[in-house]
Amino acid sequence: MFANCVDPDTLESLQWFACYLTTGKHMNLYWSVLTVLTLLGITAPVALAFGFAGASAARSALAPLRWIGKTYIAIVRGVPDIAFFLFFVIALDQAIEYLRHRVLCPEVLEPVRQGNDFVVCQAAKMPLGNAPQWVHESYGFAIAVLTFAIVYGAFAANVLFGAMRAVPQAQLETAAAYGMSTRQTFWRVLVPQMWVYALPGLSNLWMLLIKATPLLFLLGVEDVVYWARELGGTKTPRFTDYPHGDWRMWYFLALLVFYLCFTRVSEIVLEKVMARLTRGQATSGGEAQRRAAA
Amino acid sequence: MSCIQTIQDYGLRAIGIGERLLPREDFTLCQQFTLIGSGMIWNIYFGVLALLLGFFFATALGVGKASQNRWIRKPAEWFIFVFRGSPLFIQFFFGYFLFLTLKSNYAFFDPFTAAWLGALIVLFFNTSAYAGEIFYGALQSIPKGDVEAADAYGLTGWSRFRRVIWPTMLRLAWPAYTNEAIFLFHSTTLVFLSGFPAWQQRGDALYYAQYFADKTFNPFVPYPILAGYFIVLTLIVITTFGVVNARLNRHLPQGQRRKIRLRPNLIR
Repeated sequence: MFANCVDPDTLESLQWFACYLTTGKHMNLYWSVLTVLTLLGITAPVALAFGFAGASAARSALAPLRWIGKTYIAIVRGVPDIAFFLFFVIALDQAIEYLRHRVLCPEVLEPVRQGNDFVVCQAAKMPLGNAPQWVHESYGFAIAVLTFAIVYGAFAANVLFGAMRAVPQAQLETAAAYGMSTRQTFWRVLVPQMWVYALPGLSNLWMLLIKATPLLFLLGVEDVVYWARELGGTKTPRFTDYPHGDWRMWYFLALLVFYLCFTRVSEIVLEKVMARLTRGQATSGGEAQRRAAA
Repeated sequence: MSCIQTIQDYGLRAIGIGERLLPREDFTLCQQFTLIGSGMIWNIYFGVLALLLGFFFATALGVGKASQNRWIRKPAEWFIFVFRGSPLFIQFFFGYFLFLTLKSNYAFFDPFTAAWLGALIVLFFNTSAYAGEIFYGALQSIPKGDVEAADAYGLTGWSRFRRVIWPTMLRLAWPAYTNEAIFLFHSTTLVFLSGFPAWQQRGDALYYAQYFADKTFNPFVPYPILAGYFIVLTLIVITTFGVVNARLNRHLPQGQRRKIRLRPNLIR
């Protein structure tokens, strides 16, 4: 990166570190932070949408839809989320390939599962064997995002379901008295009011989600954990200009600090949002704000 | 090979008793049930020990965070902040590599890089921090009248804490603490995925479930088995904690007793 980095052996320790921390591989590490942020940026709204759908389904008047919603909410409780991550990554991949196999190669009649093998025709492979590297990487990332969204969507559904029940019944009855239909009551009265009840749960979920991002490593994405392990390992002078001992401990310490800062900043922002949403609400928080202002 | 034979061979495989080699082909349902169940030994070992040890440390942390003395309060606050604010996965990695570095300098740290001790320490600190925050919250919401009544009876210091504050704190914290215990048992599945090696393939339930999923390329059998085991474990935890909860609340009139809901919150 810097011009004087050509011969690292001659550098002073401070400059050596400046050069060392800007090598191409370290750039990969910094980029993978962006991967984590991208994952959070995409997963959070998708999971919220999944959660909203799940919670609405669980409130539905239609019994089968209600069962689906309630099962979805219940399924993630009682079972470790890590098990779901490992399960969904393979299951989603196989489901997609199986569907493509059925559509694209209808002439193949042999069963897909043969003993310990999962066999689909070449055209059904996802992504295709001859696809460029970036397709493989983004497909893996997309599967990871979907997995996160499914698992944390169930958590969000749990929170939103509780929040919908927390909206005072009188509000809904008033809406009905004004002649609103069920749908109108839902969208115009229930949904706008539920957020203040949902926010504590959702902030908690956001924290859980941040703390779950290192699990991307288990889903086979080259994320911060992957690069910290790669870069921290012992490097001998034969293979690199910057030989060093086993520094993985320091890399993970840096990750620890990174996550601490991240959660702290989130906490502060969420407190601000909570204060804003509480304004004018008929809750004890809103009452306290009114008193403080007066 | 009959199923009883399989159970004899693999029932205690996770702690190194029985058949040395894992099954390699023609996996039967019985083998999957037995091996994954055998792995649960580790999950229970980590969960129970971390909870038992963590309970006392968490009480100390909760009281410390509520302390007036800033030399006690600040360390407790920081400890809770560090362990609650960072992912357990990273804590495991950091702990493992920290012990690895220490081990190369001091022979004393040799056993710490093994999961049974190293991972247990990380889990112990982690659950202490979460439970400490729960206990701190409960301390803050102890009814003023209880403490005033204790003062009126002339209770001070340790006896006031032992007879009034501590039981009330536990009573208020118990539902949230149950939730934390469930989460802790779930977290134990991370141990063998995060640096700590499974020596001689002695792993936890998820380790074996992953083994079968990798070998058969069929996730639809081992993971539901694992899920079943964990649901049973969760129910056992809820029942056990429910018994304690009933005892903590035994002086209250029926209507005021707080039941532990069978649907725990996902608040951690």
